[in-house]
Amino acid sequence: MSSFANAGAGAIIRDIAAVIVENRAYLSEIDGKIGDGDHGVNMAKGFGRAAERIGDDASLGEAMATLSDVLMSEIGGSMGPLYGMFFLEMSETIEDLGAIDADTFAAMLRAGLDGVASVGSAKVGDKTMMDALVPAVAAAEAGHPDMAVLLRHVAEAAEAGRDSTEDMVAKIGRSSRLGERSRGVLDAGATSCAMILRGLCDGAAARLDA
Amino acid sequence: MQRFLNDPDDIVDETVRGFVRAHADRVRLHPDNARVVAALDAPVASKVGIVTGGGSGHEPAFIGYTGAGMVDATAVGELFSSPTAKSFRDAIAAADGGKGVVVLYGNYAGDNMNVKMASKMAAKDDVEVLTVVANDDVSSAPPEEREKRRGVAGEIFMWKIGGAKAAQGASAEEVRAAAQGAIDACRSVGVGLGPCTLPAVGHPNFQIEPGKMEMGIGHHGEPGTSVTDLGTADEVAAEMARLVLDDHDLPAGTEVAVLVSGLGATPRNELYVLYDRMARAIEGRGLVIHKSYVGDYFTSLEMIGATLTVMALDDERKALLAAPTDCPAFGAA
Repeated sequence: MSSFANAGAGAIIRDIAAVIVENRAYLSEIDGKIGDGDHGVNMAKGFGRAAERIGDDASLGEAMATLSDVLMSEIGGSMGPLYGMFFLEMSETIEDLGAIDADTFAAMLRAGLDGVASVGSAKVGDKTMMDALVPAVAAAEAGHPDMAVLLRHVAEAAEAGRDSTEDMVAKIGRSSRLGERSRGVLDAGATSCAMILRGLCDGAAARLDA
Repeated sequence: MQRFLNDPDDIVDETVRGFVRAHADRVRLHPDNARVVAALDAPVASKVGIVTGGGSGHEPAFIGYTGAGMVDATAVGELFSSPTAKSFRDAIAAADGGKGVVVLYGNYAGDNMNVKMASKMAAKDDVEVLTVVANDDVSSAPPEEREKRRGVAGEIFMWKIGGAKAAQGASAEEVRAAAQGAIDACRSVGVGLGPCTLPAVGHPNFQIEPGKMEMGIGHHGEPGTSVTDLGTADEVAAEMARLVLDDHDLPAGTEVAVLVSGLGATPRNELYVLYDRMARAIEGRGLVIHKSYVGDYFTSLEMIGATLTVMALDDERKALLAAPTDCPAFGAA
């Protein structure tokens, strides 16, 4: 069974942070169409600060713990605790592992999803990050003999979930104010969540042994 | 934007700095967290600590209610955004005099999450934390779904009653019950005539057309229950009183406290015009106004509009309302 080493894989989180920072304006722009317009600003602030504190030799588990700490102690709002719990629970699942295989990768994502659900109340279809995250976890748990293929399935499921939010009416959060008018725009949380999962899967795939 | 600004990203830190400097006789900044303001005497040994917190932009809420007889420590968030769990935790620690802490906050997704996480963290620090979540806004959900309602200006009465109860030496559970009783006795409604703008965003986050009003609007521009032509002050006031009193359904003879707050850009004189008609409507139902507050108590940046809050009183709440208070936004009662 193929796997990737936990040690040194903290760079995956730095790469994800770079993508989030790069998309600061885009995430704020789509958020601004139906929400406050500050999603990109807050996400870039949190992920950018965390990236500066993740050393070259950090493990994936350590890097996730650092990111979680920044999100929960410095960002606030709703995204701080939601993504903070996501990365905290994932980091605790893998902290003692030398290598991460398909089963532990799926268990890690499941723990992250449970962490989000422990503080938030959104369900699939509410036009939130859950629309990207829940199908991604399902794809991971569906499994595949080839881990590279599995990782591709997870990232694609997240992106399909993100795209599904375009035709949804927001049921939770500030954008629910707009009712029908929230249709036709991607949800900013689902969009950032798909970026994160894409980065996680691509980073893992690039590090797979054999 | 005709606004007093430096860098929009610094506005919250600058607000807190100015606030603490202006009111240094009553409050101080947490030594390790620039997003926590504590009463000068906090923590008071053997007194239950009172904590609140919420997004900025509602000044004088939330920080203005920090002070003796009211809130011991307040967590400060970004504009319209919940404080971090860490700030709530630091506020809890700053308020803890060894007898437990009661967190009194408003029903918003971010605040619910961050208070929940802070409570778990505080439990690890061996601090007993109880919570009361305010849900006085009648327009935000029907009566049978009160748990979904948002907290608005009724929070001020919740802090006052809870804070006074704590100052009397009550237990954490007694303080929680008094604060819960206060918010259960409160009903509020808001009306908006014009939107507000987050400086970092630069444009209004919603629109109200000229000549229209949005009844039931929330403290961050959450949707109201109706958008109609803007009526006369008397018509608006009568409708606000009707919405609150219909939901409240208090027996004639009940004594009440009334709070009318501007949302930031409505002149005080207009608030008094509204109050005059509201008071007649309240008395018209056979209720007895024991005490009234009219002013900018809980705002929404520069939103044009007002809120009405009515709290039913009993002997205990009357005594607690009259207990001494010394915080920047709510002077000696």
